[in-house]
Amino acid sequence: MSVLISLSKVTKTYKLGDDVEVSALRGVDLNINEGEFVAIIGPSGSGKSTLMHMIGILDQPTTGTVELEGKNISKLTEEKLAELRNKHIGFVFQAFNLLPRTSALENVELPLIYSGDSALVRKQKGEESLRVVGLGERMDHTPSQLSGGQQQRVAIARALITKPSLILADEPTGNLDSKAGDEIISLLKDLNKQGNTIVLVTHEREIAEQAKRIVEIKDGQIISDKKIK
Amino acid sequence: MIPIGEIVRLSIQSLLRNKTRSILTMLGIIIGVSAVILLVSIGQGLQNYITQQFESLGSNLVIVLPGKVGGGGGGFGAPNIAGSKLSLGDVDKLSRIGGAVESVGAGIEMPSSVSYLGKTKYTTTAGLTAEYQKMRNLTVSSGRMMSESDNRAGRNVVNIGPGIVDSLFGGANPIGKQITLGGQKFQVVGVLSKIGSGGFGIDVNSFVVLPLTTAQKLFGMKSVQAIGIKAKDKDSIPEVIRQVKKELSKRLKEDDFSVVDSSSLVATINQILGVVTLALGGIAAISLIVGGVGIMNIMLVSVTERTREIGLRKAVGAKPKDILIQFIIESVTLSVVGGGIGVLIGFLGALAINQFISTTVTFWSVALAFGVSAAIGVIFGVAPAASASKLNPIDALKYE
Ligand SMILES: Nc1ncnc2c1ncn2[C@@H]1O[C@H](COP(=O)(O)OP(=O)(O)O)[C@@H](O)[C@H]1O
Ligand SMILES: [Mg+2]
Repeated sequence: MSVLISLSKVTKTYKLGDDVEVSALRGVDLNINEGEFVAIIGPSGSGKSTLMHMIGILDQPTTGTVELEGKNISKLTEEKLAELRNKHIGFVFQAFNLLPRTSALENVELPLIYSGDSALVRKQKGEESLRVVGLGERMDHTPSQLSGGQQQRVAIARALITKPSLILADEPTGNLDSKAGDEIISLLKDLNKQGNTIVLVTHEREIAEQAKRIVEIKDGQIISDKKIK
Repeated sequence: MIPIGEIVRLSIQSLLRNKTRSILTMLGIIIGVSAVILLVSIGQGLQNYITQQFESLGSNLVIVLPGKVGGGGGGFGAPNIAGSKLSLGDVDKLSRIGGAVESVGAGIEMPSSVSYLGKTKYTTTAGLTAEYQKMRNLTVSSGRMMSESDNRAGRNVVNIGPGIVDSLFGGANPIGKQITLGGQKFQVVGVLSKIGSGGFGIDVNSFVVLPLTTAQKLFGMKSVQAIGIKAKDKDSIPEVIRQVKKELSKRLKEDDFSVVDSSSLVATINQILGVVTLALGGIAAISLIVGGVGIMNIMLVSVTERTREIGLRKAVGAKPKDILIQFIIESVTLSVVGGGIGVLIGFLGALAINQFISTTVTFWSVALAFGVSAAIGVIFGVAPAASASKLNPIDALKYE
């Protein structure tokens, strides 16, 4: 199995004032391999989201290195990072982050606009992606016409559309009731079975236990990392 | 790089999905552009109207007005009609100059009312010599003009405009009928045709013309209000002006009269109205700038409002440049569409106002207003667009 993302000695420090600093990550080493289903668990404020931003190359570490498919990203321009995110990473957020008053299909197509695909290709891939998450019948619905669970499915379809190397989900069930949450988790499990690499951030033990590997984080440091299946 | 057509589509889609915000943003530009077009059309209309009035006075005309008029110290004085020291004697003297002076006429004008069989109409009555009628291009469509002998004898005869025929006679033939004017009876001898000039702002249609001496008796005046001198041709105008000044200076003080030729008077008035038009346009242009600041303001607010959207776009692969272009196109679209609507409203408004006072929509005002509004879209759109493109995707996504 090849290494997809590799973090070594990564720290992240936020400056709040002239001498107030918050260390969100304090020396994290982590490899994510192709085909894995990793849960990152830890209490609120432990640095999960910060870690996810590093994995998703949304942000650069203060010190340490992040490599995507063996390539150090710290020297890259913002333009290049955007291109890499577009190609390699699919994000799923707690708050869904769909564009309001915009159909499910158009929401799903969004990443393809920035990769320069034609309208026809976007439509085909968008429809396919929505069918994968079971929303083939709801393509023209806007977010307000969809339930929370359905909205999160749209977000997952959007993350899937570029066939990314990695899907990152930050508390994807945080805004959902337990039934809808379970459905989202089993959808992620299915996607993993089909070969997608998934990193799931959560603070709930039962949810983390659905993954194949659990990375536990506390105060910005990894305190355990074990495979469970 | 994503194709520009795609970003344009994105931007327009985003504007359409936020109709209220878009319309509110455009409002300032709409008001500014339509105000520029409307105000300039009023100024321009006034200018054209006055030029027309002068042109109907006839060409190669030198006019003597009482008091100090125009030029002088850079100001523009109105003729001193009430204190006029010009007299019929001056008219005689001027007509004896000969040479380049072809003919000399004079006139007075007073507001008055005319009545016939209990119907009354308020209008302007002019007393004109036969020569002055000719200079003003007045003609009759029926009956006869007033002659020099009518003038010398001071006969109570009158020419009336077609509008007076309509309102006093119900359109029936008025020739030979007696109308009442200032308590005296006058016989209608002719009906004026619609062409020619009734004087400033006075329509020939509702004009009443008496022989000059008759009018002087009726209004108890010894002076005349204006003397018209027709020059042989355009080139002789300066010479005529010189001779007229010389002749009048023998009897009158320099401040008692002014000699102007119609074309230079038109030029002076046009110059003044041009400044007025420009000032009106300038005032309206300020509202256009205010509209631009409005666009910037709402676009800035919308950057804050749309932080999440921007963060998301960046997370899924939008480059800073893509966001920058999208926001600039949004604000340019708003200002151009707003400018277009403003042009339309300005046009329609000018058309509506044209029912009451004459307006002329000028190409330069439309081009300027539209150009400025488009430029405003770019200039005032850059700051919000730049701040949007610089947003950090993480901060943007966290924004609640
Ligand atoms: N932009 C930021 N500025 C300052 N402090 C931050 C910022 N983002 C996160 N932090 C701090 O870093 C720590 C880790 O945050 P986060 O990664 O969001 O934790 P989690 O997702 O596990 O709740 C927290 O103490 C948080 O307050
Ligand atoms: Mg978090």
